[in-house]
Amino acid sequence: MERLIKERTRQILTLGESAHELDCEKKSTAGSVSQRACVFCGSRVVLYPIADALHLIHGPIGCAAYTWDIRGAMSSGPQLHRLSFSTDLREKDVVFGGEPKLKTALKELIDAYKPKAAFVYSTCIVGVIGDDVEAVCREVSKDTGIQVLPVMSEGFKGTKKDGYQAACAALSKLVGTDDKYEAPEYSINILGDFNLAGELWILQDYYKRMGVNIITCLTGDGRVDEIRKAHKAALNVVQCSGSMMYLAKEMKEKYGIPFKKVSYFGIEDMSEALYDVASHFKSDEMMQKARELVSAEIKELIPALQPYREKLEGKKAAVYVGGAFKAVSLVKALRLIGMQTAVVGSQTGNIDDYNLLKKLCDPGTVIVDDSNPNELSDFVKEKGVDLFIGGVKERPIAYKLGLGFCDHNHERKEALAGYEGMLNFAKEVYASCTSPVWKFFK
Amino acid sequence: MDKLPRLKDIRPFVSTRNACKLCAPLGASVALKGIEGCVPVIHGSQGCATYIRRYMISHYKEPVDIASSNFSEETTIFGGAQNLREALGNVIGQYKPKAVGVATTCLSETIGEDVFHQLAEVRKQTAGEDWPELFTVSTPSYQGTHMDGFHATVLEIVKHFVKDDEKAADRLNIFPGFVSPADIRQLKEIISDYGIKPILIPDFSDALDNPLWDKYYRVPEGGTPLDEICKAGGAVASIELGLFTKVANGGKESGLMHSAASWLESEHNVKNYKSLMPIGVNSSDDFFDNLTRVTGVEMPEKYMKQRGRLLDAYADGHKYVFGKKAVVYGEEDLVLGLCSFLDEIGVEVVIAGTGAYSGRLEEELKKACPNHGENMKVLGDSDFERISDESHKIKPDIIIGNSKGYYIARELKIPIVRVGFPIHDRVGGQRINHLGYAGTQELFDKVVNALLEYKQENSPVGFKYM
Repeated sequence: MERLIKERTRQILTLGESAHELDCEKKSTAGSVSQRACVFCGSRVVLYPIADALHLIHGPIGCAAYTWDIRGAMSSGPQLHRLSFSTDLREKDVVFGGEPKLKTALKELIDAYKPKAAFVYSTCIVGVIGDDVEAVCREVSKDTGIQVLPVMSEGFKGTKKDGYQAACAALSKLVGTDDKYEAPEYSINILGDFNLAGELWILQDYYKRMGVNIITCLTGDGRVDEIRKAHKAALNVVQCSGSMMYLAKEMKEKYGIPFKKVSYFGIEDMSEALYDVASHFKSDEMMQKARELVSAEIKELIPALQPYREKLEGKKAAVYVGGAFKAVSLVKALRLIGMQTAVVGSQTGNIDDYNLLKKLCDPGTVIVDDSNPNELSDFVKEKGVDLFIGGVKERPIAYKLGLGFCDHNHERKEALAGYEGMLNFAKEVYASCTSPVWKFFK
Repeated sequence: MDKLPRLKDIRPFVSTRNACKLCAPLGASVALKGIEGCVPVIHGSQGCATYIRRYMISHYKEPVDIASSNFSEETTIFGGAQNLREALGNVIGQYKPKAVGVATTCLSETIGEDVFHQLAEVRKQTAGEDWPELFTVSTPSYQGTHMDGFHATVLEIVKHFVKDDEKAADRLNIFPGFVSPADIRQLKEIISDYGIKPILIPDFSDALDNPLWDKYYRVPEGGTPLDEICKAGGAVASIELGLFTKVANGGKESGLMHSAASWLESEHNVKNYKSLMPIGVNSSDDFFDNLTRVTGVEMPEKYMKQRGRLLDAYADGHKYVFGKKAVVYGEEDLVLGLCSFLDEIGVEVVIAGTGAYSGRLEEELKKACPNHGENMKVLGDSDFERISDESHKIKPDIIIGNSKGYYIARELKIPIVRVGFPIHDRVGGQRINHLGYAGTQELFDKVVNALLEYKQENSPVGFKYM
């Protein structure tokens, strides 16, 4: 296969054919049309779901405009996070400095919206014009009495992953600020779920049925005051490990809270996530409840999946998502409905994730890191896939080639986590793969 | 679940709350997509290209490939020439483009990148090789809005490609502004019906609304052919839609403002016929009159009939729209066009909002809206939350604009008619017709029907006749 960008050769491999290790965690090649965004994007997606905080983007208007209410991260209460605030820097601010505007903006917005805390995101030029964002945040904190947290997310300072880290750094300043709280036995935090399409609420229900108390979710349906208490948990359960591992590790170091890496997609991983928590607490009763829950859910789910599996058996899929750990779950979930993964990749996977994929996938599968539209369109054609799982930027590639598509990104409106999520997933895949419209494409 | 926050009072804000504008590189990207074989490169962080791709894909439902020179910390300190060179190499290797347009960003502008000279250097190094046309446009997002980026790009395209000695008396330049692919298709048809060949810049009617593909096209087909743009300086005239098309001329000739059409007029003596975006009968008449003036051809019967049908529809629907209060927002030229149309059918535009800050919108609106212009609240340099604050006070009957104002309509429980860009919550945004008698017809039907539907749904009896 002709690889169009030489520098990327080692970021692509075919199982059973390629001898090299997969290169990953690199900066994107200039001109490659990477599907990744920037540092700011990483911070923005992680912190966005904290619903009672003010999110102020310090920079010219683009960064705020493109991230206004784009995630399906739901809040059961306040909706402040769904407003997009920007200092909207103009030429004179760039010349004379943006600090005065930032200070005024923060004060007026805090006064108007009474947030529980404020996050200030630094964008590219803030790093260049030399605004002291941290100093402004300190000053406004003092004046207003609410915590104002700088997020050092200048777009050029790395990749989306560095943005996750900047977000975790801001979060860790909130965690531990409420020490009065006494956590009940079996308390956990959920890290790395963003309550897309209400998925957190599904998980909460499962854990509650097992007798587990959830102190906070970072950051789905997030609340500032709950995050302050997060250090009282006995366990951190981490999904989307790429984004929240920094915080999990820090909390382990600082507060001695152990963590477990989980995924909530597909039957196997979902069940594993529940069993892991039960075995951590070494409670027979909890384990018993988990077993009962899983078996009750599976008893309903398997027959419900059957009609879809019959129609999808033998079809092939391509998966290209943000984090590779999610890709692992998707490969397993696809198997459950009879489908084989022929192409799998991610924007931000690390070597452990990719090694896991290598173990899991069949020979001939293409594994790719930080891909682009040209490669992806080539791969799906070569492998003759029937379905593409990805986000907004992958959708038109699928449709232009007449393939089914399943949206597994931030803006999805269907819950895909948990057992009911698995059924939704099967339904969506079925609907897209077997639609009669494709017969006009042959 | 709470409602979205809403303040009890209307107060001034220094910050922007829910922007009613986008940044300049987005406008540049849209324009570059309308040039044959052109791939946009955004000179800045990876996120700029990716966010803009996402935003455009969600509207056009098409692949939108935009490359990035992918600045890192080192690039920001030592300059982006090397990154740009690498990006160009990879874009050319992957896409085999006919042209590459490099749009700058707030980042590259702030660190003082001289892309014009960087490209000259690349051209020198690659002389004799089969390299595409390279050009650049300055689009820092702290200057103006996406429309400034759009018009600056069209201007740079014309300045880069137009050749002095090309004569093209059988051609007419059309500068449509930021309209839909469907609008562009209609404009091309209209011009052809006047017996003249359009040089329409930019023409993204195919690239951003492709038909089904038999294979994956790295660079979509269509776009204004490069050898046609070359001839624009020799065309019989230019027709420019919109009054807010001039931008600072590259930033270098200080104080001088130009649009592509005004530049062609001053540098190549191509007379520019300007009109509002032809939405509504009045503005469409002006547009069609200009075509007759330029070509000497009377309005073809097809358009006489379209006009007649539109007026007939005005009669059929006038009562249902009369005196209704509307909120209109978006780009200045779109707002001006829409308000002119709404004014002529008896709708009272109570709020006209835009994120742009030319300072001229109010004056133009008063001129274009003789019936209700005086009472219109014009919000320039504004945002959606301000528009929302004012709307909650005034209690309008209908909202007309892009999909980002849907939440205001939902809160006020009134209908919204989606026009312009972006339409992120519906399919077909790329196929909305806004222009000419035919476009106005569709728009008029939508506005009337939205109001009728509202009345019907809120009627205690659910009537079956109007």
